Formats: sequence, structure tokens, C-alpha cells
Amino acid sequence: MNLQLRPALVAFLGLTVITGLAYPALITGLSKVIFPRQAEGSLIRKEGNVLGSELIGQSFTDAAHFWGRPSVTVGPDGKPLPYNGANSGGSNQAPSNPALKQAVEERIAALRAADPEQQGPIPVDLVTASASGLDPHISPAAAEYQVHRVAKARNLPEAQVRDLVRQHTEGPQFGVLGDATVNVLKLNLALDQAK
Amino acid sequence: MTHAWIQSFIFLGLVLAIAVPLGPFIAKVLAGERTFLHPVLGPVERGLYRLMGIRGDEDMGWKAYAWAIAAFNLLGIAAVFLLQKAQGALPLNPEGMGKVATDLSFNTAVSFTTNTNWQAYGGESTLSYLTQMLGLTVQNFLSAATGIVVVVALIRGLMRRSALGIGNAWADLVRTTLYVLLPLSAIIALLLVSQGTLQTFAASVKTTSGQVLAMGPAASQVAIKMLGTNGGGFFNANSAHPFENPTGLSNLIHMVAIFSIPAALCLAFGTMAKDRRQGWAVMAAMAVIFVAALSVTTWAEAKGNPGLKGLPVNQMVSTEQGGGNMEGKEVRFGAANASLFATITTSASCGAVIAWHDSFTPLGGLVPLWLMQLGEVVFGGVGSGLYGMLLFALVGVFIGGLMVGRTPEYLGKKIEAFEMKMASIAILLPSAAILIGTAVAVLHAPAVASISNPGPHGFTQVLYAFSSATQNNGSAFGGLSVNTPFYNYGLALCMLVGRFGVILPVLAIAGSLARKKYTPESVGTLPTHTPLFVGVLVGVVLLIGALTYLPALALGPLAEHLTLR
Repeated sequence: MNLQLRPALVAFLGLTVITGLAYPALITGLSKVIFPRQAEGSLIRKEGNVLGSELIGQSFTDAAHFWGRPSVTVGPDGKPLPYNGANSGGSNQAPSNPALKQAVEERIAALRAADPEQQGPIPVDLVTASASGLDPHISPAAAEYQVHRVAKARNLPEAQVRDLVRQHTEGPQFGVLGDATVNVLKLNLALDQAK
Repeated sequence: MTHAWIQSFIFLGLVLAIAVPLGPFIAKVLAGERTFLHPVLGPVERGLYRLMGIRGDEDMGWKAYAWAIAAFNLLGIAAVFLLQKAQGALPLNPEGMGKVATDLSFNTAVSFTTNTNWQAYGGESTLSYLTQMLGLTVQNFLSAATGIVVVVALIRGLMRRSALGIGNAWADLVRTTLYVLLPLSAIIALLLVSQGTLQTFAASVKTTSGQVLAMGPAASQVAIKMLGTNGGGFFNANSAHPFENPTGLSNLIHMVAIFSIPAALCLAFGTMAKDRRQGWAVMAAMAVIFVAALSVTTWAEAKGNPGLKGLPVNQMVSTEQGGGNMEGKEVRFGAANASLFATITTSASCGAVIAWHDSFTPLGGLVPLWLMQLGEVVFGGVGSGLYGMLLFALVGVFIGGLMVGRTPEYLGKKIEAFEMKMASIAILLPSAAILIGTAVAVLHAPAVASISNPGPHGFTQVLYAFSSATQNNGSAFGGLSVNTPFYNYGLALCMLVGRFGVILPVLAIAGSLARKKYTPESVGTLPTHTPLFVGVLVGVVLLIGALTYLPALALGPLAEHLTLR
């Protein structure tokens, strides 16, 4: 039987070099020229420092900032480290898992405690963990839910905060793709600028 | 709901718009004809043949063809395994990733070579950039090429008359990779980068707030991961990670890329069969099942999680919020896109995810699970979907033949005992691996300890793992802790059975059919391009799928649904 070792080895090595080295190198080179900002993580820089990426959420837990989606990512030690950009992931809790209901109840309690005057039903994205643990967005409803708390903590008129939210709200892309979003990091950075 | 359906129609329209020209193009490439890409890539192709010492038009019998595929894939397994073991001493490793454990390395090597892309590891915390590129990206290409050439060999078997060969495996692999996969991947990768998908060799970035952002050459891998229905994420969160899939548009590109080649191959089949209606009939059967499956998932996920009833949580779908069952989903996609994506990724053997299927509602999760169990023949994996569906077509004409008492024929070839034996093996082996694997796991205490959700859902986690691995999907009910020797070796075995336990019988059928004479159509022939045959095909797929898996599904998602209402 002809074992075809030479064609096997050459085909494998040749195609490996083409698809595993030449192709990624070509795409990296082209990206660097055409889309340098996007290729390197859409970073938000200020005076040479990286504040974050506009695509990756960060953890906010104080009253004066908008909170993002709950994140269940863990650190290298296995302990909770929300919005860990080096270890993405979600809870994988089933809808029937009592632990999920308990987690949601705790998140509701935290939101209520941060703003006892806000008693309306809470938008679901604000009390459920995102898939990536790095979701940069909340829904416009989830932002509106927090306007009262943030305005109060900052001694700003609600209208001004609501206006900022509106500026950072984006509809579905091209009007149809995906859902409406508010970018939490960019909104909070804008809040910190506002006086 | 309207919003969900508009997005689904845009998706299906784009798939069709791409498949119509791509199908005949693939047929042309694999017939060895000149295309507009030959001035650039032709010299590369000829150079490879010279080094390999082969001629592109040398025909192989099915056994030589099968051995070539096996040898090529064995080399792939060895290379990915060794790269993981040696990555600590190799370049392009800015995060200093060390060598990977043996059971995990083996699992990942088999996983990417069999087009499964099951991942018992997190990319950004385990693998160096070099391993991702030189190991995984390469297998994303080569396993996709393997699937495509096998179905093309099968179609040749159907079309050739009294022939000994079914084509040249080496030429098929080289041509598929160079002319089909590579150019399309390059386009997709650049489109993704324009949306914000990463493509850099730089090390991770630390922000002023102390957040560490993992980086890497993601777009080049993500492009072929979707196009080749591979599905292995560069990052742990797969296509839910904003650095893989940042926007609504990038998500649409992801989804269209998954179905492009599987849909195009149906039309390539029609082109090669010199009867386009044959290709459209197969595609119609796929589309019927797809739309039905999509409706169920979309409906189930939009309703939200019944387990949160009684809490002050608003799960309504509105313009102000995506709503629905949002645990394990991303706001920019919403529950509607998550349902669409989940249906696509499990219809095809892709397995990429933008939401965690483990957190889907019981019925929303049942659909992806059952789509995999059907054999991923609804568009399916590149190549594997169509050869799977053609096996069901053989079973269909066989049953039709029994009804009218005539020897069954397909495209003028008599379907006889040998073909039916091989088709039965190819359909039954994966089913056996899924059900026996699940049964063994739930009787094995350490495997049960990996379950993370209580009740019937815990059983579904195990059933999903064996279904996904065996059918070479790669998506997971991710709560199950699968990085254990039992699952790493057990699931790797299932992946091999599900891949080569089907490829070898398919090539045997190809060889047997090629040798047969052409039988002209007669009044007793069941036409295979009519709505009636589409109905027969859908019926066969659903019937075999239901008979095989309903008992297991009743213990898992159906039981969970009844307890949660």
C-alpha cells in the first residue's frame, strides 16, 4: 500500500505555513494600516494612559456612576473578579437553578439599597449576568432606572443626567441589527467630565 | 418579535445571495478549472504539487482517498498536541503560557482536527498566540477543507459511471483551502476588524483602573472559525466576547459566514449533478427544519425566564430594552439574536456562541441540542452537513423504494445493500456514541460531580456534552466542568467516532457508487427534486431523530420545562 507520506507531509506543512503564518501575518499587517485603532482594542487613551476599551465594560459599584451588567468573571485565584478582561465568561446557571434566583434577588436588593426611592420593576439586563462578563452595554431602560440615583449622588439635575444618557444611547446598528444600547464606560467618563 | 424576524430574513437573504454564486464557484474549483484567482494562487498550487510529487488530476480509489484524509488529519492531531506541549519554549507567547496538561492537549488536538472545536480550556488563559495561529487556525482551515472534499468525493461517486476513482484527495484539499477558504476568510477577517475585532500580536494591556485586557490575533482566527463551521473561540467567551464580536454588524457577518459554504455546497451539488433542482430540493428540506427550529427558540427565549416570576424584574421585549431571558446574553445582541445565533450554530456544526446555551430556557435549549442530535444536517458543517443529508436522502429513497417495491435509485445510481449498510453505520454510530457516552457518564461518580446545575438540567448538561462532541459541534452547556481526564478522553473518543465513523462509510459509498453503471429513469423512479421528496427527506430526518433521542430529551429539557412552568 502506498502510504503517501511525502504528499501528506508536504501538504500539511505547506498549508500550515500558508494558513497559520502567512495569512494571520497578512491580516495583521493590513489591519494595522487600514484599521489601526480597532485592531488594537479600540482603546480609550488620556494623556498616554489607557483608561479602558470602549468595547469592554468595567466594574462600577458606587452610587455616583452607572452600573453595568452583573459580571461573574473570576481572577487567577478563582475568586470573583468582575469584568476580568483576562478571563471572560458567564454563570452558566440554568433558569431552573435556585442559585440563579438567589443571585438575582441579591442584585435587586443591592439596587434597592443604593436607591430606596426607586421602586419600579428592574430591567432584566441589570440583574442578570452577561455572557462574556465584559458586556460594555446596558439597555436604555436600565440606564433610565439609574438616572435618579446617579443624579442624586452627584447633586445634578436629573434632566442633565438623562441628557447625557441620551447622548450615549445608540439604536440598533443601521436601525435593525441588534438591540439599543448605552455604553456604560463612556457614559461614566462623560459624567466625570460634567460639572 | 417583528424585530427578531426582520433580522432573520436579512440573514437568510444574505446567505442565499452569497450561496448562489459561491456554489458554482466551488464546483468549478474542485473540477480543477481556472478561476479569476488562478493568476495569483495558481503558482502556489502548482508549487505545492511539485513539492508533494503528485499530479493534480491523478485519480484515487476510495481507499487511497480515505487513507490520505486520515493521514492528513493524524498529522493535524499530532501537531496541535505538540504545540501545546512546547508552547512555553516557543515564540509569540507574550503572556508566558506554560505547557498544557496531557489530557487537555489531546482533547483540544482532536477537537480542532475533527472540526468540533470543543473547548475544555479558556483561550486567553491557556494558549499562546503561536498555538492559536499555528495550531488552531490551521486546523480551522484544514478540518473545513476535509469536510468539503469528502462531500465532493461523494457527489463524484454519484455522478461518475463505471469509474474506479473519486478524485485526488491532495488536489482537493489544496484547492479548497487556497481558492475557497483563504480568500473568503481574509475578506471576513478585515470586515470584522473594521467593527473592532482584535488583530494584534501585542501583549495584554493594563488600564488605569487595573483591568487587564487580553489581546491577540483574533480576527484571522474568528473569520475561519465561522466560515469553516469550526466554532472555537479565541477567547473563553467565544463570540460573546466583545473583542471577537463587537457589534450588530459583526454578528451578522458571523452568522452569514456560518451558513455560506453549507448553503453553497447544496448548489454546488446541483451544479455537479447537472441538475440544479437536486441541490435546491436538499436546501429546501434544510430550510424547512431551520425555520421551524428558529421559531421555537425565538419564542422560548423572548418569553423570559419563568424562574424569575414573582420578582420585581421586567423581562418584557420593548424598544427601551431587549428583554427576554437575559442571563448569559449580551445587551448589544439581545435575546432575539442569541436565539437566531444558537439555532444557526447548532444547525451547522459550528458551535460558536454569543450566549450561554446552559442558561437558555428549557425549550430554548432543547432546540439546539436536538438540532445537533439530528446529525447537523440542517445546512450543517461545511461538507459534513451535506454528506449527512445525502445519507438521509439515500435512506429516503430506500424507504420510498420499499413502498413501491422497486430497487431504489438516487441520481441514476441503484442503492443496494452495501450502500444501505454504510449509510446505517454512519447514522447509527454517532447516535450510539451519544447515548452510550451519556449513560456511562451519569453512572460514573467523578463525571457526575462535574455537573453544575441541579435537577433534570444537570442531566441535560451531560447529554449536551456528548451530543456536541460526537456531532462535532463544539458548543456546550458550559457549566459542566469538562476539564477532567474522563471528559477530555471520553469526549475526544466521541469526536473521533462522530467524524471518522461517518467519513469512512461516506467514502466507501462514494467508491461503490462510482463503480456502478447509470440506470435511466423509469416510471418506478422516485423523483428527488419534488416537494414530495423534500417532505420525505424532512420526515426521515425528524423521525430518526425523534425515535433515537426522545426518551433522553424527556429526562432532560422536557422534564425541566414541566417543573418550571
